[in-house]
Amino acid sequence: MEGLLIRSGAWLAIACLAVVATALAADSAFAVQMAIVAFAALIAMGVGMAQADYSAFGATTAAATGSKAEPETGYYDDVLRWGVIATVFWGLAGLLAGVYIALQLAFPALNLGLEYTSFGRLRPLHTSAVIFAFGGNALIASSFWVVQRTCRARLFAPALARFVFWGYQLFIVLAATGYLLGVTGGKEYAEPEWYVDLWLTVVWVCYLIVYLGTIVKRHEPHIYVANWFYLSFIVTIAMLHVVNNLAMPVSIVGSKSYAAFAGVQDALTQWWYGHNAVGFFLTAGFLGMMYYFVPKQAERPVYSYRLSIVHFWSLIFLYIWAGPHHLHYTALPDWAQTLGMVFSIMLWMPSWGGMINGLMTLSGAWDKIRTDPIIRMMVLALAFYGMSTFEGPMMSVKSVNSLSHYTDWTIGHVHSGALGWNGMITFAVIYFMTPRLWGRQRLYSLRMVNWHFWCATIGIVLYAASMWVAGIMQGLMWREYGADGYLVYAFADVVAAMQPYYLIRASGGLLYLTGAVFMAWNVAQTIRGRLREEAPLDDATYDAAADRPLTRTEPAIAPAPLAAAAE
Amino acid sequence: MTDKKNDPIAGPQSMGHEWDGIEELNNPLPRWWLWTFYATILFAIAYCVVYPAIPLLNSATQGSFGWSSRGQLAAETAKAEAARADVLAQLAKVDIATLDPKSPLMRAAVEGGRAAFRINCVQCHGSGAAGSKGYPNLNDDEWLWGGTMADIRQTIIHGIRQPDDADTRTSQMPAFGRDGILPADQIDDVVSFVRHAARLEGNSASARRGAGLFAANCAVCHGNDASGGRQFGAPDLTDAIWLYGGDRDTLHQTIANARYGVMPAWGQRLDPATINMLTAYVHQLGGGE
Repeated sequence: MEGLLIRSGAWLAIACLAVVATALAADSAFAVQMAIVAFAALIAMGVGMAQADYSAFGATTAAATGSKAEPETGYYDDVLRWGVIATVFWGLAGLLAGVYIALQLAFPALNLGLEYTSFGRLRPLHTSAVIFAFGGNALIASSFWVVQRTCRARLFAPALARFVFWGYQLFIVLAATGYLLGVTGGKEYAEPEWYVDLWLTVVWVCYLIVYLGTIVKRHEPHIYVANWFYLSFIVTIAMLHVVNNLAMPVSIVGSKSYAAFAGVQDALTQWWYGHNAVGFFLTAGFLGMMYYFVPKQAERPVYSYRLSIVHFWSLIFLYIWAGPHHLHYTALPDWAQTLGMVFSIMLWMPSWGGMINGLMTLSGAWDKIRTDPIIRMMVLALAFYGMSTFEGPMMSVKSVNSLSHYTDWTIGHVHSGALGWNGMITFAVIYFMTPRLWGRQRLYSLRMVNWHFWCATIGIVLYAASMWVAGIMQGLMWREYGADGYLVYAFADVVAAMQPYYLIRASGGLLYLTGAVFMAWNVAQTIRGRLREEAPLDDATYDAAADRPLTRTEPAIAPAPLAAAAE
Repeated sequence: MTDKKNDPIAGPQSMGHEWDGIEELNNPLPRWWLWTFYATILFAIAYCVVYPAIPLLNSATQGSFGWSSRGQLAAETAKAEAARADVLAQLAKVDIATLDPKSPLMRAAVEGGRAAFRINCVQCHGSGAAGSKGYPNLNDDEWLWGGTMADIRQTIIHGIRQPDDADTRTSQMPAFGRDGILPADQIDDVVSFVRHAARLEGNSASARRGAGLFAANCAVCHGNDASGGRQFGAPDLTDAIWLYGGDRDTLHQTIANARYGVMPAWGQRLDPATINMLTAYVHQLGGGE
């Protein structure tokens, strides 16, 4: 009873504070954002009060907790089910925004002459929606799945996990509405302003607590490799986020703040953050996914334990230094550029370690590429992972970078990684988790997965190929000198030459989005419990008993001390 | 848990761990992977020896190649400048108006002018020199201040309506409406006349009234036949080319408030060779006289 009162009171207090902030706001955007916060806090309070088990209040307090019926598996999966739905939803939103801004580049009239729909505001909406909303929800949901099952322990502090999920959604909504209203810190991939950054910090620390708490109470002697990757992702993102967003607000009731760093120091901090957002959010976190879901779907052991150790430690040690390669030929001192480049080159093999371990895990199960569309997605993801982690070190070489930098080659590189690796592995994970989370015999339609696979694959190929050609053309046109020693092309000539490639890119994005619509339909029908009548395709066997549910009576194996556990 | 056994398909022993059904095999690191990793580390070390790499207290190691990005830029710039120095020296001295249009020097001037135009002029005149509202198209043969080499060069050097340049092109059209010289209905009559002169409208009572007003107020600069006057930078009003627009509203606004287009005096900013090159480039765009 007291707990419910305290929680509801806290939400009400937050709502009141937000209303006060709305009233005192120094700018209208801040007022809108605080109104959203107040609304969210009131919903949290209302839901908490509506779902409380009032019949238990008669009894004395301690016995009343945990009275809700356990799901059969013993794992805490509510947050995962919401996470799957959120991932699909934000994925569609982010891809749609991407297609729209791709069309804006080809047809500037689509800016509509409105500040809210201009490219400058929709572009961070797209990047944040796909990286942080789609990718972030996929990471949180899959990490909670993996950590529970590989630790054989129920999630630590389920209430905190619920807070992490909903708090993260609030972060997304505040960030997205802020972009549209013109609220931005101006740092790429870290655009949200100071109050949204503070909120994300709170949510992220809670995420770390839930994750670590689950590892601490595990019933397995060793910590599985996927958890090392997830943990490095959570810890490093916390550090990157806090340092890069250090800022002084102009007013505590206003949206504007000024960064703690200036000039080249600011640029270096930003790209230390930006590059490691790629390294730890989009690489380490998703390798965590790969290390669990690929062996599960392939039903094969991981290829090499030793490789997983060596490439994990070399990857996280080397990645953190590679950021300066985003600032070649700038005011950044030459020595820092050199270090950024050589660390990027040394990163090549550590990155490929993950690809080798993933692909070689299929040895003995290669035939599944022909028959299992989910395995096919995973293999394509690993192939694109390998391709973009080769391309990255190559583009970090100064002489290559002098051609590729500021061109659409970079956009192509990023998307072969994002669409190919992050997108495809996430789709595969969604297809793996959905029937199991809702206790369905199988997906609604495996053949629809196959359609998704081909739409996405052709989409990626159109996207990446057009941006490679366009980017290299752009770079060569910018630097082309005539016989008299003068530049041949004006900037506008180069922009005009990009038009056909922008169209091809937009069509590739549209195909990719189409694939995601197939997924949304498939997932929705699976959740509704429908099975499509179709000729069967292979899938990993789903046997609820083989997933070895947690039982209350299982003898606890004393966990080894944390330090020794990663062996 | 610790149950080391050989994997029936792939061969090697498993590590004896198992998580949720996942085991790990005790495969060694792939040799090619390890040696490539070593090779990239060796490359990195060697690269750090020959290029600036290790930060020290107040500086950094300079590398045995002695390379720096500033040094590379300076060397490349010096090389490009040396390659052009001879031609530019000639172009600084030449009388561009009398230079043989077919000579190699003129060709070099046009190429250099094309590059200088992209840096200095496209912001207003557009990358194709086609201009936009308020900024003249330089491809056609209508000139506000003259289209000979000497005229163009004069305009580039001294600019238009630059208060701190004594030789600047200047003139000031009266703001007939704002300054109360003509009432709005008479301005409308002048608009009708001008549009009639430009063959945008038929003759009308309004245009006939406007003809008289034009002769009294406008003809001194724009000429009796409205065909313009270059000594005042007064545009030809009879052709289809409009600097600000030939529709009634725009014309009304132009007459009521006047226009005061400006252009920088590039003689204060660019060297003589570049001025000559720009002159040659603009002259050959299509309308040079």
